[in-house]
Amino acid sequence: MLKQIEGSQAIAEAVALCRPEVISAYPITPQTHIVEGLSAIVRSGKLGSCQFINVESEFAAMSAVIGASAAGARAYTATSSQGLLYMAEAVYNASGLGLPIVMTVGNRAIGAPINIWNDHSDSMAMAASGWIQLFAESNQEAIDLHIQAFRLAEQLSVPVMVCVDGFILTHAYERVDVPAPEQVEQFLPPFEPVQMLDPREPVSIGAMVGPEAFMEVRYLAHHKQLQAIDAIPTLSADFAAAFGRNSGDLVAPYRTEDAETVVVALGSVIGSIKDTVDELREEGMKIGALKIVSFRPFPLARLRAALEGAARVVVLEKNLALGLGGIVASNVRMALRGLRTPVYTVIAGLGGRPITKASLRRVFAEAADDDLEDPYFLDLDWQVVDRELARAKETRRSGPVAENILRDLGLVGSHIG
Amino acid sequence: MFQVRIHGRGGQGVVTSAEMLSVAAFTEGRHAQAFPSFGSERMGAPVMAFCRIDEKEIRLREPVMTPDALIVQDTTLLHQVDLFSGLDTRGYLLINTRRKYSDLGLGDYVTRFPPHHLCTVAATEFALKHLGRPLPNAALLGAFSAITARVSLASVQAAIQEKFPGAVGEGNAAAAAEAYDSIRTN
Repeated sequence: MLKQIEGSQAIAEAVALCRPEVISAYPITPQTHIVEGLSAIVRSGKLGSCQFINVESEFAAMSAVIGASAAGARAYTATSSQGLLYMAEAVYNASGLGLPIVMTVGNRAIGAPINIWNDHSDSMAMAASGWIQLFAESNQEAIDLHIQAFRLAEQLSVPVMVCVDGFILTHAYERVDVPAPEQVEQFLPPFEPVQMLDPREPVSIGAMVGPEAFMEVRYLAHHKQLQAIDAIPTLSADFAAAFGRNSGDLVAPYRTEDAETVVVALGSVIGSIKDTVDELREEGMKIGALKIVSFRPFPLARLRAALEGAARVVVLEKNLALGLGGIVASNVRMALRGLRTPVYTVIAGLGGRPITKASLRRVFAEAADDDLEDPYFLDLDWQVVDRELARAKETRRSGPVAENILRDLGLVGSHIG
Repeated sequence: MFQVRIHGRGGQGVVTSAEMLSVAAFTEGRHAQAFPSFGSERMGAPVMAFCRIDEKEIRLREPVMTPDALIVQDTTLLHQVDLFSGLDTRGYLLINTRRKYSDLGLGDYVTRFPPHHLCTVAATEFALKHLGRPLPNAALLGAFSAITARVSLASVQAAIQEKFPGAVGEGNAAAAAEAYDSIRTN
């Protein structure tokens, strides 16, 4: 059914269609509307005996869904930013135990400085946790990826994180096609756990494992990710057959056929990149884009196949590994190892800095001329940076950087009269 | 693509206004995208929201930098934020005020716009009359429909009543209608 609704509401409806039995969450911006929506759906009785457990923290939220999942319930939670970090220990436990929990991450920057807006630092901080990470381009894809996520999680007994850009998607009203309950029911069979705490057949889950077996257990968690490399395209094809639209898969190319420059990105920014590619194509530039849907597992072979014909690759990413540069770019370089293709890193949109078409056009043109620093910081105000560096050099007690820069920037007026 | 930017203060329904406008466009079969630019979410803080309307899927995710229409819910923002940024001379400008542009110090500025693209509307007063609360957003959407003809008043009213069922929706729909009529009859 076509609806014009907020992304968070669309995600709540999609999760409800997947018939979760336990939902446990702690509210945090920009995830809040998702769990508010689910709480209302649970309270309405539409989900039968589904329990919505209010908890005191994100650590408790993840711990509760770990318990629920181990007891054989289909379990879901959602968080953002500091909330994801606060539950980090339990995030690793969920994947280490192989529990098929689905979690939405409404992507938001990590402090300090505190910032409620979008970037991908939170999910990236958990990229090695053993969770599958799928990034949505639009709210339609957010709906579709959640439905696929439950099936994938339960098929492989592995947790799946669906990453949705905070505010840009979670708070955007746009047209979405919300599937009918019977369609989802057909696509997503009831949860049949591979392990379960059952008094009739008692087992323990969560053994202490020493050096004699730890590597094997960890390898098998890695192996599960490798299995997902095969499972995700099949799942996406099954989804297309059942729902009549393409969503998900490992990667999705856009106008890359004869492209000399290919831009790689994750999440909602790929929409602005596609519009920019169309404009530049009309002007004669041979440029295309490649969306990474699955960041974990990282689809090395598919990326290599999609990128090996390109003269250069530009990885535009909303995170910064301090002391290194781009996380996604480093991963892409691994996919291209042995090739001479230059891979440029463009760090963009940190803490909600808008990524504009005008800036994308400029940086893609510079990349096409192979005239780009690596890493390149899109729309970074170097004057502000230089002034702060000068202040710090001038005096020992130069004060807190964030406060200094806010003072430096001052207020903006309407420039009238 | 038609792009709208709405300025106001936290608590004035700026975000809701953009959302309702997108629903109105959707009910007319078009694609629409509405999204906020929150500051810290406090009552009274400057807030912006955006709405894009198009015949095809909208992929662009940047804020609305060059609006085709600008709605200003609160004139006290005039000297606090860069309200008119990116608004070109073919754009529409709609301000919630009982005063004239010249009284706001905008007399010279607005001469660059076609007169029928300009409108001041006493939206807060229509809201007080029909709703009993100073929430100007619905009345401004009625005025938006009147000056731009991008969505019909009926679609705006349907979107309002979808968002606010019952008496609140009816009061807001009536405020929208009076704002619409006040422009159409002038």
